[in-house]
Amino acid sequence: MDLNILWFLLIAVLFIGFFFLEGFDYGVGILLPILGKDDSQRRQIINSIGPVWDANEVWLLTAGGAMFAAFPEWYATMFSGFYLALVLMLLALIVRGVAFEFRSKDQHPKWRATWDWCIFIGSFVPALLWGVALGNLVRGVPIDGDMNYVGGFWNLLNPYALLGGLATLTLFTFHGAAFLTLKLSGELLNRTQAFAKRLWLPAVVAVVLFVVSGYWATDIFTRLGVNPGVAPVIAGAALLAAGYFIMKNRGGWAFFMTGLTIAFSAITLFMGLYPRVMVSSLSADWSLTIYNASSSPYTLTVMSWIALIFVPIVLGYTIWSYWVFRKRIHSDTELEY
Amino acid sequence: MDALMLARLQFAITTVYHFFFVPLTLGLSIFLAILETIYVRTGDEKYKRMVKFWGKLFLINFAMGVVTGIVQEFQFGMNWSEYSRFVGDIFGAPLAIEALLAFFLESTFLGLWLFGWDKLSKRVHAFTMWMVAIGANISALWILIANSFMQEPVGYVLRNGRAEMNDFFALLTNPHVWVQFPHVFFAGVTTASLFVLGISAFHLLRKSDDQPVWHSSFRFAIVYGLIGVILVIMQGHTQAQHMVKNQPMKMAAAEALWDSEDPAAMSLFTWGDEKNRRDVFAIRIPDLLSILAYNRTTGEVKGINQLQAEYELKYGPGDYVPPVAITYWTFRMMVGSGMLMLLVVLMGLYFVIKENYQNRNWFLKLALWGIALPYIANSTGWIMTEVGRQPWIVFGLQKTADAVSPSVSTGEVLFSLIVFTLLYGVLMGADIYLLKKFALLGTDRPKSEPPVESLTDRFGVEL
Ligand code: HDD
Ligand code: HEM
Ligand code: HEM
Repeated sequence: MDLNILWFLLIAVLFIGFFFLEGFDYGVGILLPILGKDDSQRRQIINSIGPVWDANEVWLLTAGGAMFAAFPEWYATMFSGFYLALVLMLLALIVRGVAFEFRSKDQHPKWRATWDWCIFIGSFVPALLWGVALGNLVRGVPIDGDMNYVGGFWNLLNPYALLGGLATLTLFTFHGAAFLTLKLSGELLNRTQAFAKRLWLPAVVAVVLFVVSGYWATDIFTRLGVNPGVAPVIAGAALLAAGYFIMKNRGGWAFFMTGLTIAFSAITLFMGLYPRVMVSSLSADWSLTIYNASSSPYTLTVMSWIALIFVPIVLGYTIWSYWVFRKRIHSDTELEY
Repeated sequence: MDALMLARLQFAITTVYHFFFVPLTLGLSIFLAILETIYVRTGDEKYKRMVKFWGKLFLINFAMGVVTGIVQEFQFGMNWSEYSRFVGDIFGAPLAIEALLAFFLESTFLGLWLFGWDKLSKRVHAFTMWMVAIGANISALWILIANSFMQEPVGYVLRNGRAEMNDFFALLTNPHVWVQFPHVFFAGVTTASLFVLGISAFHLLRKSDDQPVWHSSFRFAIVYGLIGVILVIMQGHTQAQHMVKNQPMKMAAAEALWDSEDPAAMSLFTWGDEKNRRDVFAIRIPDLLSILAYNRTTGEVKGINQLQAEYELKYGPGDYVPPVAITYWTFRMMVGSGMLMLLVVLMGLYFVIKENYQNRNWFLKLALWGIALPYIANSTGWIMTEVGRQPWIVFGLQKTADAVSPSVSTGEVLFSLIVFTLLYGVLMGADIYLLKKFALLGTDRPKSEPPVESLTDRFGVEL
């Protein structure tokens, strides 16, 4: 295995970590206005992700940084190409981030309602856009011989990519609901459990539609072949199992299963991409691959050493922080946000 | 305006805005960690109230730094794709390392600190703030390693039509990093100290509740500020000397020095004619620039005209002169605010020693206004650094005009520029509103023994 493959794997891992962790954050944000009937309940919901949402977002920043370091052409083509979509995503992330910090710092109901909407929109938009981005990555976008995207904004909103958006949106919401059943208590917990049950079917439908339309829109099926390997099978089975556990009110298992679904769906998509990182719809020769988009072997070596040393440390204290905050939130818990 | 100008404007606005919040994070995180350590050591509740009070302001500021930072992470790809392709092999590495080493540390431990008051032991809790402080300052170090490559490229070869890294160690030991980082670090210390000083002064002036907290904060801020301001100025001097050698054009622009001089005079005030490269009116102090540049009364400092000729020979025809007026005036504003800050903390020190600062109302008011000074110095310092490097984006290797994304249209940049600016404006309003609100609110020490009636009122039960 050469370093280019290693870095493709590492970036995939970073994105999977990001989708897994920030996925439930987005879900919680989307569920905020639906489940939180009064201010105290909304605060409990927000505080369930209070200590961790920022660190979860750093998975994205690290993935972006790693793309820049290991595959600068990918970083340059994708972010200049998806320009307006990314602007929208950034606006959403900005209002969402300040909203967490600001919303409970003033009593005024209008102030709180405004920031609650920011949390909702700021979670909804990225949850949708990530699926659109993934859909476009595997479907292919117009990239010319100079590795520049030439498609404009509306090109990104094709039906297949939008189905991808719908799939991530529903999956993340379901994932967030499963997470909340682990964190809340009392009446709010009951309502969350009941609502989570209603989220399963939409997620299944959206994912199935996305997968089936992939047959026409992408070359994933031919690439993965008749025997697609275990990844998509695990993803599908986990989604079914998640439904089973949610119906039985077994929150821990349900959350584990939604996590598996997200992780293995992402793995399937990355397998479909490999060894390309961006597919050109104009000519197969113009696709960006892990070789023509990469940094020099020297840089990849340096970065490999750094990742080898520091990733375990980061994982160590991340796990510790989840351990510290493992308890459920009650209506009389001291709330910071 | 074309896409290039708009992209530059957007970069300048978003980055300066990001850096509005960063220095306070850098300096205040250390300040908080020190206070909390004292609290753990002494058990004195006053220090805990100080940590809580300044901590709240820290968090409001931090949130703004975080969300504006997200934009930074992607901007190079969005607006400067040719730049990213050209230097990504080198420049991407410190950015990725920054996220891995610093952002994770900062954000995870800040979550632990904020939500961990009753879940962690006192010691471990203080430790989490130290981790936040270390994370923030490591983040500054790595981003400056990246920026220093743009100012003074090292450790690379030109190969495959791009700059490729061939010596990671050279990147870390880039002399530019080690003149720049201490300056930025102490700028952070200075920013935090003037911030704390001003707000404490306000509460001393108002005779707010919990006076011991404001007295302590005031005195701590004076000491902290003294260290910060003196070292930021000394380091600025070092940096200027480094600049004379490595980016002489920036120095010539910062001094509006049209022609080489030996010994060189320092400009106190120049009203120049940028087009014809001459002074309209100038007050200059003989020899001083040579003294500043070389620590002796002689030594040539090169002028704009000579450098332009030199660069044309070296890099081919073109205009190598940065916008002189901007570079000149921003330099003066930074140095001027630095001197004023020095004055403020020295006076404060004098009054602290005399133990009569709480009666000096004019000084307390001055200290409140002094909060603006570090913000001016930080922003103008960066504008001078970045504008003075023009037309280069990477000094001597790539011009800004060649760095912009070809696939992003003028309309798209215009749109993003407008929405970012509007949103940032609104957020600034909310940020200042909250900072002001919590600064005025004071600490949460229970007001002196409440009378029995009020207790009855509060809980609605007879006592
Ligand atoms: C509290 C903030 C503050 C204060 C009081 C000063 N500076 Fe500064 N200065 C900065 C904050 C700053 C900064 C914003 O942090 C910069 C921008 C880039 C950098 O390295 O630091 C900067 C840049 C900067 C540069 C540009 C370096 C380059 O382009 O490579 C020079 C030459 C100086 N400073 C010199 C000084 C001098 C002689 C000062 C004497 C009073 C001074 N600074 C006070
Ligand atoms: C690692 C840190 C930094 C990097 C890599 C960086 C990089 C850049 C880039 C790519 C440009 C675009 C070229 C241009 O517009 O002319 C630029 C310009 C600029 N940057 Fe920086 N910058 C950094 C830090 C900062 C900071 C912290 C500030 C201020 C707070 C700043 C202020 C500016 C300004 C004002 C411009 C506009 C210059 C002009 O348009 O002439 N930069 N910088
Ligand atoms: C132009 C290049 C820059 C990039 C790409 C960048 C990127 C970022 C990002 C993504 C964050 C959010 C981290 C989180 O979520 O926890 C952030 C915050 C931060 N950045 Fe920047 N930044 C830039 C310029 C600078 C400079 C020049 C400094 C310091 C000298 C700096 C220091 C910090 C610090 C201390 C934080 C912590 C949060 C806060 O500001 O309160 N950044 N930055």
